[in-house]
Amino acid sequence: MAEGTAKAEDRQFIPISFTLNGTTQQTQVEPHELLIDVIRNRFGLTGTKRSCDVQVCGACTVLVDGRPMSSCTTLAFEARGHEVLTIEGLAKNGKLHPLQAAFIEHGGFQCGFCTPGMILAAKALLDQNPEPNREEIIHFMEGNICRCTGYKKILESIVAAAKILRSPGR
Amino acid sequence: MRRPEALEIFQPASVKEACQIIRKNGPGGHFLAGGTDLVIAIKEKGLAPRYVVDLKRIPSLSGIGENPDGSLTIGALTTLREVEISPLIRKKYPFLAQSAAEVGSIQIRNRATIGGNMANATPSADVAPSLLVLDTKAKISCDGEERVVTLEDFFVGPGKTVMKQDEILTELIIPPTPAGLRGEYMKFSPREMMDLAYVGVAVALALETKTKKCQHVRIALGAVSPTPMRARKAEAILLNQVLAEEIAERAGEEASSECKPISDVRSSAEYRREMVRVNTKRALLNAGLGSEPISWLERRDKRY
Ligand code: FES
Ligand code: FES
Repeated sequence: MAEGTAKAEDRQFIPISFTLNGTTQQTQVEPHELLIDVIRNRFGLTGTKRSCDVQVCGACTVLVDGRPMSSCTTLAFEARGHEVLTIEGLAKNGKLHPLQAAFIEHGGFQCGFCTPGMILAAKALLDQNPEPNREEIIHFMEGNICRCTGYKKILESIVAAAKILRSPGR
Repeated sequence: MRRPEALEIFQPASVKEACQIIRKNGPGGHFLAGGTDLVIAIKEKGLAPRYVVDLKRIPSLSGIGENPDGSLTIGALTTLREVEISPLIRKKYPFLAQSAAEVGSIQIRNRATIGGNMANATPSADVAPSLLVLDTKAKISCDGEERVVTLEDFFVGPGKTVMKQDEILTELIIPPTPAGLRGEYMKFSPREMMDLAYVGVAVALALETKTKKCQHVRIALGAVSPTPMRARKAEAILLNQVLAEEIAERAGEEASSECKPISDVRSSAEYRREMVRVNTKRALLNAGLGSEPISWLERRDKRY
């Protein structure tokens, strides 16, 4: 029963192996630990932001197997065997992902607190729908709240990044 | 914000094993499916499970399939996002896919499961009215024994179902439906996004080919009674009648008097009743048009 679990004293630790930003990680987590805490505190990846803490704002969005999820309500052990991508894993060889570059160029953020979640959600959208129209972007992004920009510039940034990602030779 | 406290987790590999864990460990256990409701209940509502039984390692509990007789089975661990984008469901029952798309956000739909959503028996659950108009049945399993109840009987009250503590909802079954069945789900919530339905109305009907009379009428309401409910008196008004503005209005009035809404932070009971009347009428007329599935924004604009 309870395969893959081991008990030390009366605390339960679950050994997990998962991919974090392309690197395989082995660690032990307690059943109640949240993914956001493990990402931020254990792996020091503080780009994943905590805001509402109850899965309504999108600031803590990470991609699990390419799908946006709120890490503030995901139990860490559930990441076992999956691929987790945080904002830190997006740039490749020091080169920003086109979404990151577009958010900078088009003023897609002000304080920046919602931005990691915004960009990851947008990446998931563009990965499955390279040419979304305005309403598709809005529907997909409705779980990501920004209190600074008024969303117009965010939309523009996503549309611009989509265009770059679609351009030939990429 | 409260952090979850230490809890013990079990990860059974079969439904049978999951039932046995509950029997052995007794009260205070909770099942974990998607986790979107459970973790919120721990954080916000002070729920303190003694132990948690994670169902996600049980194979065969997820997926959508069509059977030779035309019925559909949806595994309890199928996520709402999978329901939303399933080509099979979009083709056969676009309004069911639509109602799944109305839930929360993409971050929530990627984890929340249709079985967890039904087992939590929230009166406002968006997919419940759509499933009710499809005469959906719930398969419940415990220790090798299975029983099947209609989804209507499955719900007993807010947060309450017919399941005993050691029973697990394993599957939803949509029986074969009449050819040409058309339906509609209207979610009424003044905030367009990330809000619960103040009122949810689903309808399904099939028209007789020559006379265009309604042969098969189902109307179901969410958020206006202790459980998602069928509005049978309203259905009876339409049966064998040609759908038109005036009769849709009468069905709306009937549905509005059949429902049993409460007043809460979202809305007064009176307002809910009025919105049932209006939205039932609109849902019927929209379904009658039988148009091709349309986009999210167009649907939203149609509501008001
Ligand atoms: S912090 Fe997780 S959704 Fe807001
Ligand atoms: S840039 Fe400040 S919250 Fe979005």
